Amino acid sequence: MITRRDLLKYAIKGAAGLALPLAAIEIMNPKKLLADISGPGKVRWGFVVDTYKCVGCGLCVKACKIENEIPYDANVTRTWVERYVLTKDGKLSADSPKGARDGFETKKIDLGLGNFKDIKNEDINKAFFIPKLCNQCDNPPCVQVCPVGATYQTPDGVVLVDRTWCIGCGYCIMACPYGVRFFHPKYHTAEKCNFCYHRITKGLKTACVQACPFGARMIGNIKDPDDPVAKIITTERVAVLKSEYGTKPQVYYMGLDEEVR
Amino acid sequence: MGGNYMGNHVFRPLFIFIGIVLLLLVVRHFYVPRDFGIHERGYMYGWYREGNIEDWKKVQVKYQGRDYCKDCHSDKFASIMQSPHAIIQCENCHGPAMDHPANPPKLTIDRSRALCLRCHYPLPYPTSGRAKIKGIDPDTHNRNFQCSTCHNPHKPNLSIR
Repeated sequence: MITRRDLLKYAIKGAAGLALPLAAIEIMNPKKLLADISGPGKVRWGFVVDTYKCVGCGLCVKACKIENEIPYDANVTRTWVERYVLTKDGKLSADSPKGARDGFETKKIDLGLGNFKDIKNEDINKAFFIPKLCNQCDNPPCVQVCPVGATYQTPDGVVLVDRTWCIGCGYCIMACPYGVRFFHPKYHTAEKCNFCYHRITKGLKTACVQACPFGARMIGNIKDPDDPVAKIITTERVAVLKSEYGTKPQVYYMGLDEEVR
Repeated sequence: MGGNYMGNHVFRPLFIFIGIVLLLLVVRHFYVPRDFGIHERGYMYGWYREGNIEDWKKVQVKYQGRDYCKDCHSDKFASIMQSPHAIIQCENCHGPAMDHPANPPKLTIDRSRALCLRCHYPLPYPTSGRAKIKGIDPDTHNRNFQCSTCHNPHKPNLSIR
């Protein structure tokens, strides 16, 4: 004979059991986990930006927007160029009007809301341009927070967004420490630089790398020791953005300055 | 105290509950694509629909690069390759080739002053390559004229004409 108390107990246990996903029972093997992190593949895409070469022409931004069908006049872009001007009074001025889609054709710094700051040449201590794009982190925080599995890292290290699966919650946009994500004005799903995945997988360079006249941008396979990008990363002085976040970014900068965030 | 007295009000909601769970499992089975699941990089970074990788590979290539142009337009290609503008891709001024000449049959050339000023507006920034490029003041240098009125973009230096 079953008592009411027993029946309720069984019912609760049964319901809890049904709710338990099978993945929770799997016991992780530490060795397998390590292999998962380093990855068995032969390709891992990486990027080098030589900031000494960048002149701020913005041809990379223009090419990226057209190649990746990002509405040209919407103020969103997968890659952009920032201008940093450090003056003798110790102040930093930085801007990136329209993401530098049209380059920098004035000395005035765009402070936003129609305000501009004029800086005299003789007051400048140092000034330079910093191109930015998705860092394709090894530990992408944007992927960790996605509740539906719409953004993920491919086996060759590129973080992609599944537009058919994205619910548009925007967690990933908040989670990215580099601010590279935005909503696509047309699809209303999360959007980001994907190293022109349709190009690199065909043996082409990304649109921004190809469009840059000065060789300030380079893309390559960092698992191939003979690759020019791998050589720069392993033999020259390079730095990544916000390494303190532990995201392990894979866009390496030559000539990075402490002021760059 | 019989089974009947216990049965109905406990088993009926229990069966309904189990039925809802089963229904959800059936819906999930048909709604979630076969290739959705945990892939190479594990649950944290590799939980996705694998077919999406192929979706991204299908995006159309628009910028073909100068090698795409050089066979048909060999004269233009040869002329720019002898100038300092050899570092600039054809498509940066002529627009993306896409499937030219099939589509589009004709490219639209950007002849605006703004295009030239991307590099030739003088910004003497130390430690940037921009400082090494010759520039003009667009407010005083032949206003209202396209640069190409005087400067051939494929052979821009007037003194070696």
